Amino acid sequence: MSMIKLTVNGVARSASAEPRMSLLDFLRENLGLNATHMGCEHGVCGACSVILDGAPVRSCLLFAVQADGHAITTAEGLRKDDGTPGVIMDSFMEAHGLQCGYCTPGMMIAAHALLEQTTSPSDDEIHEAIGGNLCRCTGYAQIVEAIRLAGRRMKDAS
Amino acid sequence: MTAPLDSHAPNTRYVARKRRVTEDKRLAAGRGNFVQDIVLPGMLHVAVLASPHPRAKILSIDTSAALALPGVAAVLTGAQLSAATNPLYGGLPTPEVKWYPLAVDLTRYAGEWVAVVAATSRGLAEDAIELIAVEYESLPCIIDPEAALLPDAPLVHPGHKSNVLYRQTFTWGPVADDFAKAEDTLTFRARWNRSSTVPIETFGALARWDIGREIIEIWASIQMPNYAEQIAASLRIPLNSVKVHHDVDVGGSYGVKRGIKHTIIVAHLSRMLGGVPVRLIEDRLDNMSGGDAHGPDRIFDTTVAFDKNGSIRSLKIRALDDAGAYPGRGPFQLGKPIAALVGPYTINSVEYEAISVTTNKTGQVPVRGFGQSPTNFMIETAVDKVARHLGLDRLEIRRRNFIAPNAFPYEIPTGTKYDSGNYPAVLDKGIALADWQHLTLRRDAIRKEGRLAGIGVATCLEPGGGNNMFEYLMNPAAEITTFMEGCGIRVDSSGRITGIMGTTTSGQGHETLVATIMGEELEREPDDIRVLHADSLAGLPTRSPVASRMAIMLGGAAAGAARKIKDKLIKIAAHNLGVGESELDYDGGTFFDRANPARKLTWEQLCIIAHRQYHKLPAGLEPGLQAEYVWQVPGGGQLPDAQDKVQLYPCFSFQAHFALIEIDPGTGKVSILDYALAHDCGTVINPDIVRGMIIGGVAHGIGAALYEQFTYAPDGQFMSATFADYLMPSVFEVPFVRDVEHCTPSPLTSHGQKGSGEGGYLGAPACIASAVNDALSTRNLCLDSLPMHMMKIEALLNGDSQT
Repeated sequence: MSMIKLTVNGVARSASAEPRMSLLDFLRENLGLNATHMGCEHGVCGACSVILDGAPVRSCLLFAVQADGHAITTAEGLRKDDGTPGVIMDSFMEAHGLQCGYCTPGMMIAAHALLEQTTSPSDDEIHEAIGGNLCRCTGYAQIVEAIRLAGRRMKDAS
Repeated sequence: MTAPLDSHAPNTRYVARKRRVTEDKRLAAGRGNFVQDIVLPGMLHVAVLASPHPRAKILSIDTSAALALPGVAAVLTGAQLSAATNPLYGGLPTPEVKWYPLAVDLTRYAGEWVAVVAATSRGLAEDAIELIAVEYESLPCIIDPEAALLPDAPLVHPGHKSNVLYRQTFTWGPVADDFAKAEDTLTFRARWNRSSTVPIETFGALARWDIGREIIEIWASIQMPNYAEQIAASLRIPLNSVKVHHDVDVGGSYGVKRGIKHTIIVAHLSRMLGGVPVRLIEDRLDNMSGGDAHGPDRIFDTTVAFDKNGSIRSLKIRALDDAGAYPGRGPFQLGKPIAALVGPYTINSVEYEAISVTTNKTGQVPVRGFGQSPTNFMIETAVDKVARHLGLDRLEIRRRNFIAPNAFPYEIPTGTKYDSGNYPAVLDKGIALADWQHLTLRRDAIRKEGRLAGIGVATCLEPGGGNNMFEYLMNPAAEITTFMEGCGIRVDSSGRITGIMGTTTSGQGHETLVATIMGEELEREPDDIRVLHADSLAGLPTRSPVASRMAIMLGGAAAGAARKIKDKLIKIAAHNLGVGESELDYDGGTFFDRANPARKLTWEQLCIIAHRQYHKLPAGLEPGLQAEYVWQVPGGGQLPDAQDKVQLYPCFSFQAHFALIEIDPGTGKVSILDYALAHDCGTVINPDIVRGMIIGGVAHGIGAALYEQFTYAPDGQFMSATFADYLMPSVFEVPFVRDVEHCTPSPLTSHGQKGSGEGGYLGAPACIASAVNDALSTRNLCLDSLPMHMMKIEALLNGDSQT
């Protein structure tokens, strides 16, 4: 077992894990952060996306030990401090940018990474940002609209 | 964006209005309650051992090393499990086709589960799996469904003495006469290869045997009718010993989340281990190869009889479907399409030979539309072929054969009455939205530059509501005519409303549906209504969210329950205001004396009377405000007549799809340049939900048309076990889909609603195929096999026979 210390959603956390444990399992099982979802466990579907040091990564393809000393943002980190939905979450609700909700945390993480770069993304930029995240419910249209809406709201608020 | 409702739309407060989806409040906040999120103290984790052989005798299994590994609680083999349980439910009269969760003596497909381990962690369980030693004797297998029919084919289920699970020919109407009178005929083969819905969440189940109560508790990502019944039957326990928790969020299903074998494994282990909770979460390999989650795998041989004016008289259809090793409900996917076997057309007669064969592939489960999408692809291919043969416009031939708007209810040759529709109007709206002329100009401009381009058009009917009388047609022992859905309502003493449904939800927004309809009926704010998913022991009868039925059936049950509450409130108000029930007006929860509106009773006052003031209740009225309503599917309830004519499904939605595609002549790659559709599902309950389901269905249909296939090598090995091999559309493959709504209300439902969960998937494969063939027609080529992989198209363009 290895002791892993990292920052998750701005909070210092530590827990021990087997060297073979994925970051995904570590977040869910050892830290109790359930918003990140397991989809394919081979890096294709993007349901397990988290932000590591500012960039989106697949938590299923990383070992927990590789995240030692790094800063992680999970979908829980997209809530406001009081636990209410942040602007990306609220925009997904407004645009109905989801159905079953399973790929949604990964989509919102991808959206977050994009909107950190620009709040006025083009459709091509949105497609690029979520191009590695599969959704089987929506056909993507309302997800793209949700991200556009979130960008507009962020821009208006800034 | 969706266009506004047309003038047919009902005058409503909440129904058909843009409103946020109730479920999104938790799901978009990362607060779902998926089966993987449910952790019970002491829970054990299951890993599975899969057979590497497509067909093999199991000579021996040595589990001793696995059992000796610290942390391993149990190892279970097929021999042990089959001794303690009954076979899983089939549905056809094929007693020698036995299905157990783990292989017994013989493995029947590569990936079939042979043994499982329960251990303190999934990792440890996987370690133990590697310590199980199985001795196999590999046997010849059968993969090709046509070869499976040959007399010398290896038998998948030797006791059944044949690979044919089901074979029947129906003749509805004067087929021979119509063929004799027809001026021309045309025969073709259409192939729908094996694909599925492949939700991003795999299947998972968690079970705990509550010894004190003698109840097996189940939490599972399930979407399935009669799940509790099948668990009880297999485990040999009473039905009231099975409690299925329905408040588990399901991460997508679209039909396939039928993990009955997984459930029996964990339930049996929990009982075996004295009540320790046991869970099995499929990993993606388990899911793709051995999860029994594949869809239809079908060959159509069709002859169409028509006149020179394009009028289609009759169809002869032979549908051969490969159900895989364990049929489950797979073969019945040949039955559902009977509900709309002639599409939206005035085809006078139809012959239908349906054949289900078993092969050494993983078992087939229900997929979105329950077999209707392959059949619609075949019907629309037939129409396009007749048009091309006669040199007729593809829109014109559809118009000439459409059922007229004034002909409803319209009975098709199979005995089913379509409830309502206006197909020409929907087609016209679609043509206008797609801008057919402009599409044609764009296509021709691309062609002028020497490239391949095509326009696709397809229509589809979406039967909704789920009266499954095809089961009786296929197996008369299944004398079932009841297809019901229940809903409960409680209004508390503070006036707040709780709706109680009795099944899971997997993205369709059922809580929104119930809240919207109860709010509409009672004129109360839907956002204030809570909707619970009662477990299978506490809830009312349900057939689960299959068959595009919930807007119709759960919506109808919610309306019925709410109307009972309103009836009771009227009685209380009339009694306390001292007027007759017909002398009251109702607005937003308050009853007024029509003659003197100053005299009134508010919602809050009425709820207090109902709950607290028995002395103010009319004599004999039950105290409190609670009601249940169980609704039988409308328009059915009868067995087929002597000619096998029967009402299948009550409501029929309609869509018209249009696409412009380009094919790269070098690679065969298809790019969708434009996509538009018009849809009519009667009254829309929530526009965002309907739009999402339709566009999501199109995306799914694009996958089935161009990319997705579960491929088996000729030696029976499974070749598509990862997302790198089984290709699903990303945002780059799904174009922006423009949609326009039309509303022909159903006369059979509470608010005129029909189903909408399947239509996108029913129309898109046919539409893409139509577009690809329009493009290929410029080279006198044709492709009637889905998916139209770029390799297939490239081979066709470059004269390679390997198609």
